[in-house]
Amino acid sequence: MLLYLLQQETSSTELRTECAVVLGSLAMGTENNVKSLLDCHIIPALLQGLLSPDLKFIEACLRCLRTIFISPVTPEDLLYTDATVISHLMALLSRSRYTQEYICQIFSHCCKGPDHQTILFNHGAVQNIAHLLVSTSYKVRMQALKCFSVLAFENPQVSMTLVNVSVDGELLPQIFVKMLQRDKPIEMQLTSAKCLTSMCRAGAIRTDDPCIVLKTLPCLVRMCSKDRLLEERVEGAETLAYLIETDVELQRMASITDHLIVMLADYFKYPSSVSAITDIKRLDHDLKHAHELRQAAFKLYASLGANDEDIRKKIIETENMMDRIVNGLSESSIKVRLAAVRCLHSLSRSVQQLRTSFQDHAVWKPLMKVLQNAPNEILVVASSTLCNLLLEFSPSKEPILESGAIELLCSLTQSENLALRVNGIWALMNMAFQAEQKIKSDILRGLSTEQLFQLLSDSDVNVLMKTLGLLRNLLSTRPHIDHIMSTHGKQIMQAVTLILEGEHNIEVKEQTLCILANIADGTTAKELIMTNDDILQKIKYYMSHSNAKLQLAAMFCISNLIWNEEEGSQERQDKLRDMGVVDILHKLSQSSDPNLCDKAKTALQQYLA
Amino acid sequence: MATATPAGAGSPHGGDAAPPGPPEEQELSRRLTPLPRSWSPKDKYNYIGLSQGNLRVHYKGHGKNHKDAASVRATHPIPAACGIYYFEVKIVTQCLGMCGWQLGWDKHSYGYHGDDGHSFCSSGTGQPYGPTFTTGDVIGCCVNLINNTCFYTKNGHSLGKFVFLPSQSNLYPTVGLQTPGEIVDANFGQQPFVFDIEDYMREWRAKIQSTIKRFPIGDRLGEWQAMLQNMVSSYLVHHGYCSTATAFARVTDTTIQEEQTSIKNRQRIQKLVLAGRVGEAIEATQQLYPGLLEHNPNLLFMLKCRQFVEMVNGTDSEVRCFSARSPRSQDSYPGSPSLSPRHGSSNSHLHSTGADSPTCSNGVMSTKSKQSHSKYPTLSSSSSSSSSSSPSSVNYSESNSTDSTKSQQHSSTSNQETREYYDALFLGTKLSHYTDAFGSHDSEMEMEAEHYPNGVLENSSTRIMNGTYKHEEILQTDESSMEDSCPQRQLCGGNHAATERMIQFGRELQILSEQLCREYGKNTMHKKMLQDAFSLLAYSDPWNCPVGQQLDPIQREPVCAALNSAILESQNLPKQPPLMLALGQASECLRLMARVGLGSCSFARVDDYLH
Repeated sequence: MLLYLLQQETSSTELRTECAVVLGSLAMGTENNVKSLLDCHIIPALLQGLLSPDLKFIEACLRCLRTIFISPVTPEDLLYTDATVISHLMALLSRSRYTQEYICQIFSHCCKGPDHQTILFNHGAVQNIAHLLVSTSYKVRMQALKCFSVLAFENPQVSMTLVNVSVDGELLPQIFVKMLQRDKPIEMQLTSAKCLTSMCRAGAIRTDDPCIVLKTLPCLVRMCSKDRLLEERVEGAETLAYLIETDVELQRMASITDHLIVMLADYFKYPSSVSAITDIKRLDHDLKHAHELRQAAFKLYASLGANDEDIRKKIIETENMMDRIVNGLSESSIKVRLAAVRCLHSLSRSVQQLRTSFQDHAVWKPLMKVLQNAPNEILVVASSTLCNLLLEFSPSKEPILESGAIELLCSLTQSENLALRVNGIWALMNMAFQAEQKIKSDILRGLSTEQLFQLLSDSDVNVLMKTLGLLRNLLSTRPHIDHIMSTHGKQIMQAVTLILEGEHNIEVKEQTLCILANIADGTTAKELIMTNDDILQKIKYYMSHSNAKLQLAAMFCISNLIWNEEEGSQERQDKLRDMGVVDILHKLSQSSDPNLCDKAKTALQQYLA
Repeated sequence: MATATPAGAGSPHGGDAAPPGPPEEQELSRRLTPLPRSWSPKDKYNYIGLSQGNLRVHYKGHGKNHKDAASVRATHPIPAACGIYYFEVKIVTQCLGMCGWQLGWDKHSYGYHGDDGHSFCSSGTGQPYGPTFTTGDVIGCCVNLINNTCFYTKNGHSLGKFVFLPSQSNLYPTVGLQTPGEIVDANFGQQPFVFDIEDYMREWRAKIQSTIKRFPIGDRLGEWQAMLQNMVSSYLVHHGYCSTATAFARVTDTTIQEEQTSIKNRQRIQKLVLAGRVGEAIEATQQLYPGLLEHNPNLLFMLKCRQFVEMVNGTDSEVRCFSARSPRSQDSYPGSPSLSPRHGSSNSHLHSTGADSPTCSNGVMSTKSKQSHSKYPTLSSSSSSSSSSSPSSVNYSESNSTDSTKSQQHSSTSNQETREYYDALFLGTKLSHYTDAFGSHDSEMEMEAEHYPNGVLENSSTRIMNGTYKHEEILQTDESSMEDSCPQRQLCGGNHAATERMIQFGRELQILSEQLCREYGKNTMHKKMLQDAFSLLAYSDPWNCPVGQQLDPIQREPVCAALNSAILESQNLPKQPPLMLALGQASECLRLMARVGLGSCSFARVDDYLH
């Protein structure tokens, strides 16, 4: 009925305004209220109302729309169904401080993801909203700021634009910095820190700019302090994690600011034992935020420890840190598990920690558990962590193998997800490095030749490189080489030929030549090369290649083939001399590259002996 | 640069920002609570050398073991009342050994050492605190005396706070060195700091102000409001703003203790004093309050002295009657009352009858009040009504102000204002410094020892009432233009008979003084007053002589206030309005806080609440 009245052009504006006000009050109620309003198609009706010339009516409609859009049950897409709506809203921004406040609030709640950001950006959101940052009304300033924080989030295009926008002769970054001042409301400090963070990550502001180093970073650290609300601490930690993720200097600075690493340990103390006894309400509140707090802390630890060994050490020395990570790995909340794995991954880059605390806490156990049936986003980080745990110096390598890692990793290489394929084959490569024969056979069996070839023809160069790396690791030490070549020789030689003939970059070809060099080091495997003229021609070709790395790799092959003390070396030397290899060697011995020169001389000595 | 006063005087740490308080206040607070601004050449080990204005410290010992460690402390301890104190040290050359620093001296000392990044607290064993530091690093130390915490900074980054125990002994900024060739430079605010201490102080200022704002008042229904109204009303009554007070009382439904006529009488007398017509004021007082001046010989003497000064000025009626000049033109010159905040700036309103200047009624329409109307409506009304000195104009103004709409407006605004005033009660300020500053060069006020807080507060409050400095500037330009119009200011208005009368009066004054001396014993203040007044005659241009400021109409105010208080006292009414009393208490409370070392006082200023 109200809706009907609202839509009646014939009813007086006063009546229609009252209708919108009442509807707005209804929307303030429970989620069910909003749902039923949505079912009656309230949004198109209200949007229609915005076309009225009467400002009071427009404001009432906007207030109602605002209330509906900020409800979690309202799908944001409803705002974008009609393209004219956005441009009309932009136009209404100039009408009054109320339209400004409500429209900004609608935008900041309905802007989810890059698509929405682009739509708003293309409608001139930046220019239209920028001047609202200096509005006299706090609410308008705050909502405008929120708008920018969602518009710029992980959006380089918006971020790059923002740096150069100025209002009243002041650039936006300067305005944001002013909003960071410590006497401003916390909400404002935090939101402007988010804007500056997005701009910094987008490359619009340098990471060593004082406004990042001396303003944004300390502000975000303060947001993590015990004095702040739980929500603010979560948001502060997440934003800081994002800010420092890729910059080691910022990581170092954050790590010494206000004892951040110790401060973060408090994030794990919710719900506290005190709250459980004294206050049910507080317990409820704590429980609600406990997961969020933990995952935020893990994320920030992950960023802090991403690059610097000293910081990692400090993190692990924090009370019960490893236990917390281990517990986090088995939490029911996916968000916490993911963050815990990320944290573990970051810390697993430390050789020292792999050997000590990782081993002491048998981190591999929960990690292997996480890898079973986890969603892809967790699998990516977890498998990446596994790669580090499988490094040859890691004491966890053995138990991981025993718990069926090969099978798991082989299945990862068949994944649709590129990152998982890379991690799978990478982990296998690490596993095969200086491994015993049994493991190598297990890998080959687990992977199957077809899959190996599949991977060698993978469109992604990373997968290809790691697969070649795996082959190279498999083909090391003479008995292993001979053994593997006796079983898979034909296929491997085929694959090598294929790659050397294909259009690949230098690194791939170099890796392939290295495989050949390894094969040439075998006792029986040598023959596979010597009997393959095609391959020999290719090696000869690469000896005179323009790239020194490839020349060097080819020289390794030759040198392994003509090595004196081995059986049948004479025939091999002769055959190669006939091919004209010696002439090339002579030429190379005059090379200006000392490596090539040395290698060529040693090879020539084999002929002299 | 007047910077290192940091938190103490509330002046900025940054260096280039403008100091918020009047300069004399800063100067004073500096004298009372000196802040550490350099290293002390006395309190140091022999191994320590100082240079560059006692800011650079270098080590000249052997540096072989821990016994060779040496330190130096600042000239003064950190005054507790400064709230937040900060200083920085730059490590100029490589320090290999213990390059630490401390607050305090042995017992109750706190330190942060560069070689291991440990912090030390009153003992030789350190705890892990922060990163190590070395050449080129700037290390800062911030002491927060509001919540007794401290934190160090490295290159502008706060390293994390810790709590320290408030100790009996004072805390000194200190630095310790142990390696030969080690040099460190201190910055006590002489240069901008690397760490943004200004921002930190901003946070605390906001914190304390919000504490004040949210202070629970424990209101029992309506009581609060009634009290506020009472304060406003009593203030208005005290100063004789009769019509405003009546209007206020009507709107707020309160009663006025004092009788209407009594208020009007006082108002009349005050106006006479403020207009410089002291003789008439004395007469009126004697007539309306017989015996009052007889019982207050000191007051009488002060009034007479003032009368003499006004005679020199040419304003007192006893000399004015000789004047050949028209009252109007004469009025326009005497000492340009515009300087006095209590007066209207438009001198032409002085002495004019009600009929002559209907605009002076409630002041809202007078030129001056127009300027200030937007901000201080009630006050402008009072100022101009007090500037109109003739009784008839007073009557006029009253009848006019009964206009209900106008008075409505008045009372509501004045109500608002009191709220502001009221807030002020719990806030604090350096008002005290202000007053000290006034007192130091104002002999008249010093004499009024028992009235001291009163006179002082009057001064500052009127100043506040009349608004911003900018406003005063406007008034001053008015004044100068006025002076231009009558360039020759002459003794007693340049009239011979008047001059003779003045000299005659001077003799009488001398006799009175001698008489008082016989009856009550020697009174140095009297003597000084008399001397100052007579000295005026020694100069050809009394307005531009060393004692010429006596002629300034602003000097009428303390006399006026003293007389007003005496009258009220004689009627068994409080000699000070409760509002002023409360303001005085708030200021005194802050002074007390500063004395016992409660740091938060430095962020609460009464001035902040008196606009």
